[in-house]
Amino acid sequence: MTLIPLGIPRRLLEFTIDGEPVRAPEGSTILDACRSVGKDVPTLCQGDTLTPKNACRVCVVEVEGARTLVPACSRKAEAGMQVQTDTERARHSRKIVLELLASSVDLSTTPEVAGWLKEYEAKPDRFGPDAARLNEEPKIDNDLYVRDYDKCILCYKCVDACGDQWQNTFAISVVGRGFDARIAVEHDAPLTDSACVYCGNCIEVCPTGALSFKSEFDMRAAGTWDEPAQTETTTVCAYCGVGCNLTLHVQDNEIVKVTSPHDNPVTHGNLCIKGRFGYQHVQNRD
Amino acid sequence: MDLHFGDSKPTDEERAAIDALLGPPESSWEGADRSDADLRWARGGREARERRDLLLPGLHAVNDRIGWISEGALDYLCRRLTVPPAEAYGVATFYAMFSMKPRPATVLHVCTDLACAAAGASELCAGVEARLGLGSGVAVERSPCLGLCERAPAALAIKAGDPVRTAVSAPATVERAVLAASSPDSAPEEPSAALAVPQAAEAGREELVLLSRVGVVDPASLDDYRAHGGYTALRQAFAIGPAGVIREVTDAGLVGRGGAAFPTGRKWQATASQPDHPHYLVCNADESEPGTFKDRVVMEGDPYSLVEAMTIAGYAVGAHKGYLYLRGEYPRALERMEHAIGQARARGLLGDDVLGQGYAFDIEIRRGAGAYICGEETALFNSIEGYRGEPRSKPPFPVEKGLFGKPTAENNVETLVNVLPILTMGAQAYAAIGTGKSTGPKLFCVSGSVDRPGIYELPFGATLGELLDLAGVRKRLRAVLLGGAAGGFVRPDELDIPLTFEGTREAGTTLGSGVVLAFDDTVPLPRLLLRIAEFFRDESCGQCVPCRVGTVRQEEALHRIVGRTGADAAPDIALLREVGRAMKDASICGLGQTAWNAVESAIDRLGAYE
Repeated sequence: MTLIPLGIPRRLLEFTIDGEPVRAPEGSTILDACRSVGKDVPTLCQGDTLTPKNACRVCVVEVEGARTLVPACSRKAEAGMQVQTDTERARHSRKIVLELLASSVDLSTTPEVAGWLKEYEAKPDRFGPDAARLNEEPKIDNDLYVRDYDKCILCYKCVDACGDQWQNTFAISVVGRGFDARIAVEHDAPLTDSACVYCGNCIEVCPTGALSFKSEFDMRAAGTWDEPAQTETTTVCAYCGVGCNLTLHVQDNEIVKVTSPHDNPVTHGNLCIKGRFGYQHVQNRD
Repeated sequence: MDLHFGDSKPTDEERAAIDALLGPPESSWEGADRSDADLRWARGGREARERRDLLLPGLHAVNDRIGWISEGALDYLCRRLTVPPAEAYGVATFYAMFSMKPRPATVLHVCTDLACAAAGASELCAGVEARLGLGSGVAVERSPCLGLCERAPAALAIKAGDPVRTAVSAPATVERAVLAASSPDSAPEEPSAALAVPQAAEAGREELVLLSRVGVVDPASLDDYRAHGGYTALRQAFAIGPAGVIREVTDAGLVGRGGAAFPTGRKWQATASQPDHPHYLVCNADESEPGTFKDRVVMEGDPYSLVEAMTIAGYAVGAHKGYLYLRGEYPRALERMEHAIGQARARGLLGDDVLGQGYAFDIEIRRGAGAYICGEETALFNSIEGYRGEPRSKPPFPVEKGLFGKPTAENNVETLVNVLPILTMGAQAYAAIGTGKSTGPKLFCVSGSVDRPGIYELPFGATLGELLDLAGVRKRLRAVLLGGAAGGFVRPDELDIPLTFEGTREAGTTLGSGVVLAFDDTVPLPRLLLRIAEFFRDESCGQCVPCRVGTVRQEEALHRIVGRTGADAAPDIALLREVGRAMKDASICGLGQTAWNAVESAIDRLGAYE
């Protein structure tokens, strides 16, 4: 049985989205409200179990009376608010933001983004062949996971997950400033010299594949990664008595990665190094 | 949290620098040698974490003494404050004045920004770099605006040690800058702050309200300040009470002078009425807008006025602690403010019982470390708290959740010092100055192609032409940049624009923080625009995509069209417009929202690429 925490009853706010009257519980964001009426707004940095950072600015919408566009993922809905999700102004910003992102990093492993680029007619190439981008080789300094900075959009989700919102390890942060800002551990050291405890919770939240399992990275490099062919099986971790749910991603009868359901009340998507990476014994057939 | 520290150890000197700020460590949990007792108890936790705001002062302590911040020093500081090293590394790398790599003890910052560029900064840089090559023991760094625009070109030498030595060279020649860098102690003293107020020497100071004491009082003497009318405003404040002060400020129509023009009375009222406590007052003295130097001159020439004004503001909003966030590039302002605050404290004008009125208030100075973005109010809070100087999203607004998550009123230096005349002359008399909607006197920082650059005080409503006449504008004026890099250009035929918030808005431009940078036709406009783009690319905090990537794409496009006009430039100008519009609409804070303004105005109003 999955427990669903109900919380205390909340007041309903009335406002409009694209002219349609909407009722949403107090405290919900514009994005929550949009999704509750079946309208989705694209977003990259929003995470279902993390406080929205609103850094990617893909989800901007127009709110009557606001000087600038507002991020739907973090702006709380207010009674009487008039939200427009699909105006020319909002679409223009979304298109440019997608172009800026796609021109500066590799979004090839980011789910859904190809569709958005098409929908908003974004043309990242128009900044010219000399447009600055990271173009950095992936960092492979341990056997568990790979950091591919060329795919990093600086959404801050891994920082929040490693820090006070999930793991409390504080091994990673944003360093530097502006276009040179990047995710790093202390002193920009290899991961093995850092405070990292290899829980892999940062991989769990990474929206672009900049952080990935070494297994996935190797299979992608070899051209054998085949997501549609994978099955997912959720089970209970056998290492200790906490009862974390593991979702085993299996391809060709081999576990290729492990995630955890975010709506699970035990883990909320979190795992430790054993649950996340300690699966080799399962398939050691010698 | 389970903190992990590497094996790097601080040197004795690094340890001494940090201990001088924080005191000696109390246990091995904080980095002392381990004793038997340490094995039986754990220290740190909440108490230590609450000192996180000492991270920035700690980084300054090391950087000041050693000249750069080593792994061992950073780890030791982290142990002392229970800060994760990764986060502290993220903070230290955020600021331009800190180095995480070994560098010479002396760094010479040579300003390359707008006013200095127009006064020959590139030749100065080349000359200085030729003289101070490898092995000279001096690192030469090209710097954004140093806030010495009235004496452009400018250089600032900082020599690490105990104590740190600084020397300002402005106007700088290659020889003088090299001398300042090689022996900061023997460099000639900076000219008096009064020289930055040419108006006083020319027409007398009767009409000056805000600048009336600059050059008249001894900035080191509290008695002199009192002899010139100091502390009458605070007495008046105590006479009418906090609500009375807010009423006077509201009736006077005072609005913020930092650029956003928000009504100060409303901000104070909103802060004062918050049920959450404590309340804080923050004075934003981080003016880093290229072309701005007014706050520096006020703090150097009349430091007690700011102490008094902060005390009044603190009293009005119900704060017992005020933070003065002073930009790191202002050594003399820092020294004068430190002295003034110390004197005021010694004389009972700050402390537990201000003026014997039973009101407790004190001021703490926090030094910035080279980040334009920290002038944004919420980024400034993060910076004080020991986090990266990234702006927060609003709402919630600072009056509700500001510094340390508590109700906070933040005002810049010029806004605060306006409170003194409001209380001494009364709201009505104050509101009679200026226009109906923009009341009071206003400070303008005039530099560039003028004979008498400096700060000018005029009632709101004077025209741009009148101001430039006062400053002795030179012939063949090509353009005027109003409001600094985040402002906009106007043409020489638009000099009748009234200098008011509503007047500039009507003319499709902005008053911003009061910057007036005049450029004659010897200044190559495309090069100037490129410098503005470079500035924003360098100063973007990198948090949101439109600003982080947009400022780079903007600079790239401007590089492509340097030397091009008409149809050759048109596709890139169209691209700039599209990107600029998204930056204005979708960036988190004012930096990204205004980064395209000056370039846009140069294209539209000056026909920069026609």
